[in-house]
Amino acid sequence: MNIEDIKKPENIVYKKTPILTDNVMHYCPGCSHGTVHKLVAEVIEEMGIQEETIGISPVGCSVFAYNYLNVDWQQAAHGRAPALATATKRLNPEKYVFTYQGDGDLASIGTAEIIHACSRGENIVVIFINNGIYGMTGGQMAPTTLLGMKTATTPYGRDAKLNGFPLVLAPMIAQLDGTAYITRQSVHTAVAARKAKAAIRKAFEYSQKGIGLSFVEIVATCNSGWKMSPTAANKWMVENMFPKYPLGDIKDVLKQE
Amino acid sequence: MAEKILMKGNEAIAISAIRNGADGYFGYPITPQSEVMETLMKERPWLTTGMVVLQAESETSSINMVYGGACCGKKVMTSSSSPGISLMCEGLSYLAGAELPCVVVNCQRGGPGLGTIQPSQSDYNQCVKGGGHGDYNAIVLAPASAQDMYDFVDWGFDLAFKYRTPVIILADGIVGQMMEKVELRPEKPRMTKEELLKVAPWATTGKTADRPYNVITSLALESDVQEKFNQKLAAKYEVIRENEVKYEEYMTEDAEYLFVAFGCSSRICEAVVDQLREQGVKAGLLRPVTLFPFPTKRLQELSSQVKSMMTIELNLGQMVDDVRLAVNGACPVGFYGRQGGNIFTPDEIVDEFKKFNNLK
Repeated sequence: MNIEDIKKPENIVYKKTPILTDNVMHYCPGCSHGTVHKLVAEVIEEMGIQEETIGISPVGCSVFAYNYLNVDWQQAAHGRAPALATATKRLNPEKYVFTYQGDGDLASIGTAEIIHACSRGENIVVIFINNGIYGMTGGQMAPTTLLGMKTATTPYGRDAKLNGFPLVLAPMIAQLDGTAYITRQSVHTAVAARKAKAAIRKAFEYSQKGIGLSFVEIVATCNSGWKMSPTAANKWMVENMFPKYPLGDIKDVLKQE
Repeated sequence: MAEKILMKGNEAIAISAIRNGADGYFGYPITPQSEVMETLMKERPWLTTGMVVLQAESETSSINMVYGGACCGKKVMTSSSSPGISLMCEGLSYLAGAELPCVVVNCQRGGPGLGTIQPSQSDYNQCVKGGGHGDYNAIVLAPASAQDMYDFVDWGFDLAFKYRTPVIILADGIVGQMMEKVELRPEKPRMTKEELLKVAPWATTGKTADRPYNVITSLALESDVQEKFNQKLAAKYEVIRENEVKYEEYMTEDAEYLFVAFGCSSRICEAVVDQLREQGVKAGLLRPVTLFPFPTKRLQELSSQVKSMMTIELNLGQMVDDVRLAVNGACPVGFYGRQGGNIFTPDEIVDEFKKFNNLK
């Protein structure tokens, strides 16, 4: 059997979604971004909404998300993606509008924008990557950095007296009347990735129902920033991040009790 | 006969936006321009033209909403006053860096800091020289009446889309708050979807099969790419300087002394010119209507005709630098200004003019 035989349609069991471009990703090996990008891309393909989707990339590692997903993109200033999304959605109510933001972007410099987009009930999707660190700038403390966690700006570990406490955003915004769906997921195993994909799909579907903002937090690894191997980073995340940021739905206004 | 209505300059901005087919306004309350959003909310254009109006949580957010709307090729705008414009400067830099069209109204008040709420022209340098970080300019229009406020919205959008650049309407507390008769020009409808695709093929309107996906970004990372882009902007500004300079002259034909003033100050200077002419002094006035591009060439020409020039500004002397650069030493250039929300009287200016020119 040669390579051409293998490539025959009847032999194909898995195909890259055309919503993912062929650009080589700049993410470090082991980084969660690639997996999350793929899940978002697959959801867009499966829903058949490529023409209706507008993505908004942040400042941080995923600033270049626009190189990898074959949809129209806007690149926002640091933290401001929900403001761009607000206008984009209000001016184009028929579109699916999502932001893709890291913890520094969304939970630090962009807290005003995300909280007020939630409070106004903007019908957008927010994908929030929480890896507890600033990856792009070299591994500094993020608002979500755990106590005791070593980063470039907390070289002796995060100390509450010096650096304050980790910011747990999802339950805060779940209290706001404008949010429809708040969930926390991860992508470190195949099962987790499947659940995360279902959550992302639900968020996209909810955004067209006029019921408010949908927020999918992905507890993620930054093995380069954490200075661990990808496998060790996954293990560390399960043992340390999950207790502080437990997985599961936090709010779903359409869920039948 | 076109309809004329008595209204404030700020109200004229709002009414003009609706009548000229603006797609969206995003703002945050600040004195002395709050009537812009108040008028829009009262008019409820979303029920008539479909224009979106939204009160944001901050000026930072409103300019970034403008950025998002502009990415979609929509005619979007905001308005604010000096401290709010400072907050918007990050966004303005991004808008310039991503080559996006928008209209931003700055109804200036006295500064620095929280300053006063009275009229001022102290943001000249900030707005005319760019304001935010990086090598860029915005087109800056200086209205002197409520009618200008009305007309400059449409003119501003035309320039913004023609050059894919932010346009700042640099007004002040007087022009914004003063009530005057405003002629309502014929209405322009909002752009249709088809028109938008034609005007803004670069916009994030949703990737269709007939084109690659569109990305709006101001990120380059590579020095050569960034430099090439900077030079592209410079070339665009050169075209703007060549084609879009606008100014008005009053009694300059035989003038021996020239006043240079923009916005509300130019209205006061007209009275000063009249007063001096009555006394036999051949004074004239040049009012730059566009501050970027600046009427440099015309000032150069006039510098060989007049004995001196004097800029009259509600600040510590900002535009005077650009006049001196234009004149390049060919004639003396003086300055008189008031600050902090105070306004000069014509008599006061006449006195300062005579002092500067050693006239009795």
